[in-house]
Amino acid sequence: MGEDNKSIVLESNKNASKTLIEGRVQLPFKKAVEMSYANLKIRFWRSIITSAGVMLGIAFLVSVLSSSSILNALKGGEDVVGEAQQIWIVGMSLLVCTVGITNSLLMSVTERFREIGTMKCLGALDRHIVELFLLEATFQGFIGALIGALVGLLSTMLMFMFKYGFGVVLSRLPVLELFKSVLFAVITGTVLSIAAGVYPAYHAAKMQPAEAMRTEV
Amino acid sequence: MSYEMTVQTRGVRKEYVMGTVTVEALKGVDIEIKRGEYISIMGPSGSGKSTLFNMIGGLDKPTEGNVFIDEVDVAQLDAYELAWLRCRKIGYIFQTFNLIPVMTALENVTLPMVFAGLSTDEYIEKGIRLLETVGLGERVTHKPTELSGGQQQRVAIARAFANDPAIILADEPTGNLDLKTGKEIISLLKRMNSEQGVTVISATHDLKMLDVSDRIVWIRDGRIERLEDRANIKLEVGVVEGEDH
Ligand SMILES: Nc1ncnc2c1ncn2[C@@H]1O[C@H](COP(=O)(O)OP(=O)(O)OP(=O)(O)O)[C@@H](O)[C@H]1O
Ligand SMILES: [Mg+2]
Repeated sequence: MGEDNKSIVLESNKNASKTLIEGRVQLPFKKAVEMSYANLKIRFWRSIITSAGVMLGIAFLVSVLSSSSILNALKGGEDVVGEAQQIWIVGMSLLVCTVGITNSLLMSVTERFREIGTMKCLGALDRHIVELFLLEATFQGFIGALIGALVGLLSTMLMFMFKYGFGVVLSRLPVLELFKSVLFAVITGTVLSIAAGVYPAYHAAKMQPAEAMRTEV
Repeated sequence: MSYEMTVQTRGVRKEYVMGTVTVEALKGVDIEIKRGEYISIMGPSGSGKSTLFNMIGGLDKPTEGNVFIDEVDVAQLDAYELAWLRCRKIGYIFQTFNLIPVMTALENVTLPMVFAGLSTDEYIEKGIRLLETVGLGERVTHKPTELSGGQQQRVAIARAFANDPAIILADEPTGNLDLKTGKEIISLLKRMNSEQGVTVISATHDLKMLDVSDRIVWIRDGRIERLEDRANIKLEVGVVEGEDH
C-alpha cells in the first residue's frame, strides 16, 4: 500500500546523495502546547512541587528586596543598612533562589531522560524536545515566580505593618520600587526555570537515543 | 523495484569507553537482511545483541563500519533525515516497553503519527484501529500503569506499526513477559510479518522465537558465530527434541 509509494520515491531518488527521506517530521505548535499542558496536569503534584521550589526561592528574594526598600522608606533617607551589606544580602538571596529553582527543575527533567530517548525513537527532533520542555518550564517558572513574588511582598508588608502600624507603612510605601522588585523577581524566576529546565532537556535530546534511554537517575 | 537487502552492516565495530577501560561490544559485524525476512539475533547475555540493535536502528553510532538501510548509509543522514528514518521506516520494540508513562495507550500509539504529520482525525482513527489489531480495542484510554506487561508490550507493538514501517526492530520483546504472553507477542509479530511483509529483526534469547524465524543470527562475544536458515532450524529443533525424549 503506502509502502509501495514510499519505495517508488526511494527508488527514484536512489542516486541523489540523501534519499531515504521524502518528508519532514513535525510537531505543530498547538500540539506541543497541548502535550506540555497535559503533562503538567497529569504530573500535577510533581508540577506543584517544582513550582513550589520556584515560589519559595522567589518569595525569599522578594521579601529581602522589599524589606530593605520599605525599611529605607520608613527611616527616610538615612541609610539603615550599609550599601555593601545590602548588596551582599541581595546577592546571597539571589544565590539561594538560584540553587533552589535550578534544583527543582533539574530534578524534574533528569527523571525523564528515558522518555526523551523514546520520543527520539518515535521521530522527535532535538528541537521538538526542547520546545516541549521550554513550554513546561516557562509555565511552571512563571506561575511559581508570580505567586512567590506576591507571597513575598504581602508577607513582608504585613510584617512591617504589625511592627510600625498600618497607616505609617501604607503612607510611605515605596510603590515604584516594590513593583520593580516584583518584576525583577518574576523575570529572574522565569529565566532561571527555563535555563534549568531546558538545558538538561537539550543535553538529553542531543545524546544518542540509546544513551538517553539507558541513563538512570 | 524495491531493494532486496533492506539492512546491511559492513564491519560494524562498537567500543564503549569507560574511563581507562574500553569494552569492545561488537568486533566487526557483517549481516545482510532481506526485505520481508523474520530474523532472530540470538546469543548469550553480553554478546552484543542490544548494541547491534542500536546500530541497526540508528539509535547509536558505530565506532567503525557502516549501516545501510535500503542502501543509504545511516551515518550520512542529517538530523532531519535520521528523525524521519526513525519515525517512518523503523518501528522499535523494547524489552522494557518504553511507553510514555503519562500518555494513554492511544496517545502513545498516535505520537509517531503526530511527528509524521498526519491530521488529528487520521491518527485517532488509525490509532484505534491499530489497538484493535493488537486486541486492545477496549483499553484505548488506559495509562501504561493500568495495563499488564503483555498489554503494555502490545501497545508498544501497535506504536511500532503506527507509520507502516518497513522494518520492525525488537530487542527482547518477550524478555519481561511470561511464557504464554510471550508466545502471543511472538505470533502477533509473525502475523504482522507475513500479512504486511514487514521485515522483523528481533534480538532475543527466547527459544520460542526459533519457530517463527526465517533465519537466525548467532552472535557471541561481539562476532557473528553462525547464520542458520529455517530449514536447518526445524531439523535441529527436531533433533534436540528427539534427544530430549
Ligand atoms: N553503555 C555501555 N557502556 C559500557 N559498556 C557497555 C554499554 N552497553 C553495553 N556494554 C557492554 O557491551 C557488551 C554487549 O552488551 P549488550 O547490551 O549489547 O549485550 P546483550 O547481548 O544485549 O546482552 P543481554 O542479553 O544481557 O541484553 C557487554 O559486555 C556490555 O557490558
Ligand atoms: Mg540486551
